[in-house]
This record gives sequence, C-alpha cells and structure tokens, in this order.
Amino acid sequence: MLAEPTRILDADGSPVSEVEHELDTVRYLYRSMVTARIFDRKASALQRQGRLATYAPFEGQEASQIGTAASLKEEDWLVASYRDAAAMNLHGYPWELLLAGRMGDERGGHTPEGINVLPPSITVGGHMIHAAGIAWAQKIKKNNAIAVTIFGDGATSEGDFHEAMNFAGVFELPMIFVCQNNGWAISTPRERQTASETIAQKAHAYGFTGVLVDGNDVLAVDQVIRHSIDRARQGKGPTLVEALTYRIRGHTTADDHSRYREKTHIESWRRNDPLNRVQKFLKAHDAWSAQWQSEIEQSASSQIEHAVTRAENLAPFDVGEIFSGSFAELTPTLLEQRQEAEGYDS
Amino acid sequence: MRTLNMAQALRDAHDVALEDPRVVILGEDIGRAGGVFRVTDGLQQRHGSDRVIDTPVSESGIVGTAYGMAIAGLRPIVEIQFLGFVYPAYDQIVSHVARIRNRSQHRFTAPMVIRLPYGAGIGAAEHHSESTEAIFTHIAGLKVVVASTPENAKGLLLAALEDPDPVIFLEPIRLYRSTTGDVAEGHYITPIGESVTIQRGDDVTLIAYGAMIRETLQAANLLESVGVSAEVIDLQTLVPLDSELILKSVKRTGRAVLVHEAPRTGGVGAEIAAQIQAQALYSLLAPIERVTGWDLVVPLRKAEHHYIPSVERITAAARRTLES
Repeated sequence: MLAEPTRILDADGSPVSEVEHELDTVRYLYRSMVTARIFDRKASALQRQGRLATYAPFEGQEASQIGTAASLKEEDWLVASYRDAAAMNLHGYPWELLLAGRMGDERGGHTPEGINVLPPSITVGGHMIHAAGIAWAQKIKKNNAIAVTIFGDGATSEGDFHEAMNFAGVFELPMIFVCQNNGWAISTPRERQTASETIAQKAHAYGFTGVLVDGNDVLAVDQVIRHSIDRARQGKGPTLVEALTYRIRGHTTADDHSRYREKTHIESWRRNDPLNRVQKFLKAHDAWSAQWQSEIEQSASSQIEHAVTRAENLAPFDVGEIFSGSFAELTPTLLEQRQEAEGYDS
Repeated sequence: MRTLNMAQALRDAHDVALEDPRVVILGEDIGRAGGVFRVTDGLQQRHGSDRVIDTPVSESGIVGTAYGMAIAGLRPIVEIQFLGFVYPAYDQIVSHVARIRNRSQHRFTAPMVIRLPYGAGIGAAEHHSESTEAIFTHIAGLKVVVASTPENAKGLLLAALEDPDPVIFLEPIRLYRSTTGDVAEGHYITPIGESVTIQRGDDVTLIAYGAMIRETLQAANLLESVGVSAEVIDLQTLVPLDSELILKSVKRTGRAVLVHEAPRTGGVGAEIAAQIQAQALYSLLAPIERVTGWDLVVPLRKAEHHYIPSVERITAAARRTLES
C-alpha cells in the first residue's frame, strides 16, 4: 500500500482538506501555471519549427514546479534541472534566457545579477549536491537563506543523490530536496529506479523527514514546501519532498514516448491535470471567469512572444566569445588559440 | 624565515589562508586527526570545526558541496587523501567545477582549490601512488599546479586560493617530509603560470616538476661531473604552461629532456614536446627525449623503483641528446 500523499484539492477541484490559501494566492498560483504551460507549448512548437534545439517539456508538472518556487524568498537559492523552467522562471530566471540556452546560446546561462538560480543542470543527478554546498555556505555565513534543489525520480538512482542527502543530514543543512516523481526516466519506469515503496521514505535513512505530496495539486505542494522552508529557516534541517506527478509528453522533443507508454495511461493522467482542478476550485468560489482566463492567457502569450524575439535576436556568438568563458583571464595558450581561430573567421 | 618540511609549509599556508573568513577546508580526517599526512594538524583546534571540516567519506560530496560553497561566496580548500581517490569526484570536477564560469558566462564561478597528494615512492598500497595529472591538464577551465619545495608549496597554495578559477593542487607525497627549506612567515605567493629555472646550464635543458625535481637535479650534478652543463626548469604550473621560459631555454641549449613520473602517452611531456617542435625546431640539435613513468599501473612497493624515473635514466637521456 502506497502511503497517502498530502492533498488539498482532488482532481475535480473539491477540497479534501482545509484550504489555508487566500483566493488571491490561488489565482496567482493558477496564473503562474497557465503562463508556464504557454511557455512549454511555445518552446515545443519552436523546436518543431527548427528555431530551437532539443527541448524537455514539463507539461503535467506545472503544479510541482510552481508550488516549489512560489514561497521562496528572493535570497533563497534554486538549483534545478533541464525540465524545470517553470520553477526557475517563477524564482526570477527570465524566459528569454531559458529559450536562449535551448537555442544553443551560452548567454542563456547568465543568470541576471541578484537572481539566485543556477543555470539548469543538464547531467542527471550531479546538481543536488551543489544545493547542499550553497545551503551549507548560508549556515556558515549565518545567513537566513535556504537552498532548494529539484530533480526527477531517475536522479535518485545516481550516487550523488546519496552523497547530497547524506551531507544534508549530517550537517543539518537548510535545504529542501524536491523530487518530481513523474513516473518515467526517459523509458525507465519508476519501479525500475528503486525497490523502495516511496522515494520520500529514503529521507528516513538519512535522519530527516520525507513528505509525499500530490504533485498535481499546487496548493498541497505549496503548503508542504512552506512547512519545509519554515523548518529549514528555524535550523531544523533538510526535508525531502516527493511530488507525485506525470510527464504528459516525451522526455524531450527527440523522444518517441509511444514506444514505452500506453496512450490510455497518458489520458488518465490528463484527467488529473494540475490546472483544471484549480480552475474548477476558483469557479466554485466565483473567482474565475472566461474573460479573466483570456486576459491571463493573452498576457502570458505576449510576454513569451517578447522573450522569443529577444532570444532570437541576440547578437551572433562570435569566435572570440567562445573563448571568453574559460577563465577570468585568458591564458597565453588560449590567447594564441583564439588568434588562430579568428584567422579563419572573418 | 624558518626551516620547514613540505607538510609543515603547507600547514603554515593553510593557517595563513584561514585568516580570510571566506576560507573553509573540507576533507576526510583533516580535523581531529590532522589529515592522513598531518598537513592540517591542529588547524581545527585553532580555527573551529565549521572552518576545518571533517566530512563523510564521500569525495564527490566533498567536491560538490565545496563547489556550491564557492558559488555562494566562500573559498573552499578541499583535501582528497590521495590522487587515486579523486576519481569518484571527477564528474563533479569536469562537469561542474571546471565549467560553471563558461556555463553561466562569468555570472557564477567556482574559485576553489582541490589538493591531491600524488606519486609513488613511499611503498603504499594500490591506488595510493598515482600520477594521473594529465586527466586534469586536458580539461578546459582548470589550472593545475605542482609543488616541489616547502617554499613553493606554501606560495602556490596561497596563489591558488586567490585565483579566480579552480585550481588542482598536486603535492608529491614522497617530498612531504624528505624535503626541507627556508619558508618565509606570513603571506606570500608563488605566481601561477610561471616556471622557474632552478639551475643554469648551456648544453641541455632538463624540464621536470613535482617529485621528479629531486632526481633531475641529481642528474644535472652527475652530468656536470662529466663536463655537461645542464639547465633545470621546474615547471611548478602545468596549466597554464610557461611556454615562453621553456622555449627560450631550449632555443639556447638546442636539447630538451622532459621528465615526469606520470605515464608517457598523452602526458604533459607530450604537449611540451609538441610545442618545442612547433616553435623551436630549427634550434634543436637532437631529438627531444622523454623520461617518464611507463604506461602501466604503478607497481607496488617491491617494484615501484622500476617505475619511477631514475637519476640513471635521466642522465642517459641527456647524454643521448649530446651524442646525436
């Protein structure tokens, strides 16, 4: 028997436990999810038009990501992976840079000053330990900031998941591990990643709390994350949150997920859509109208169109610039190689 | 000025470094035990357990957390007990430490020092005697330095810590206690990227680094006794290479012998040989010689002397360059 995840709204938007959120907050969370979905579909469309390289869509996981980032403070850090554009954006990482990175432009990795979000980790599993180091630095410097890392179920099979969890436990680091368990690591199902009944229960072995939450219920994710943030800030150490969700589309735009998943299974998860249930809840509280829906969609679309334009109009990345990121100051060897490269590129 | 061995000089460098509140040291058994080579002896008592941190046995975790700390504004020094134990952390070093500057286009950087005791000669168990520095010199975004004396060990460590980019810091195990020298008190640096001519000569240039400096200097003395004047260069830094100093010397002597303990194929000597032939071919009076470890796993105690380049091998190579 799988442990029951924390849930506030069921798939029909009916509360199954007390709703602590103000309606305005629910509208904010809903709007953020709508915006994220428009971005996600736009990015996939750009890939099909040949305007963007491989893209890893997150449709279906909006609640997990928006719920993870919604209650962070500006000084908190977010260390996420390639599928986490919704969470990264909500914590301040601009859409245009997320697009630029996937368009194959290194400048997409240049987080704006003052935004504590690392560029997305492309390798699986290596980045969780970075959040541990960042959280540790906050503790050493006696800052009140915390660090949050997001990863998938597949990443929990990597050795660095163990090392990150272990350091977090031993040094009682102010951080949150958020596993978006979307059921699949490309074609490998969750039950082939671990024989554990849940991923959340792994926290127990590291000496801290693990929480299972309905990852398609943004109110539940936000509530669980807020409790975890409080614990971290109060010096009570890390939390592992397992958000149960589902990746509606393929692993990336290069993946054909019909090779390993049944259509009916995908359809059943569509009925579990994280946006629908909040919309129904808002409707039931007279806090939703078709006009508002159309306004927020238009506003999101125009914001994202602007981001596309800016990302596509970045100046060419010239040959000199490919050298510029290697060191603070180019070494004599690199200066020589740059000169050689420039000689062939005029 | 005091006479210290290399381990003591490195301890002194850490003590000076810890005056900067951003500096933290992480490693296995470095605090209470003072490190397997006692390089950090007494530092935890002096600076506290949140600055000199005993970690779990977890090399990837140590490097990965230190990287996060560096991004968040600290200046970590990582001690890995032996170079042969760093491989679990190699992914963190190559995939993240070396490239966050490029990935974020200078927005985030990982200024940190990864200390790796390396090399054979103390009859240790398997994995404790390796010289695989070439797996780091090949990686874009890393600087690689090698100490050879108590004085440059301290100066290079303090320079590495001030460097805005990550530095792999190699410490020759067999010199920790067998080499002593005068070490200035307080803060000073030995610049990264600069090699030094430690003996002047006219007939042949012997180029070495780290533990091999000792055998190379002995070879130079032997050569002198038979009338050959050898110049000896201590590289000190492998990346970025001080090509200028190397080429200037080889153009003058016309002969080069490259010495390292690491395996020959793809070693640092191969890069230097390539640069010499490209820049100084017409000054060469003889083929470039390489005296290196063999392309083998380092033999255990009973046979490691068959592996480490000997004074005899270095001398013979130098003489071959004079015969041709």
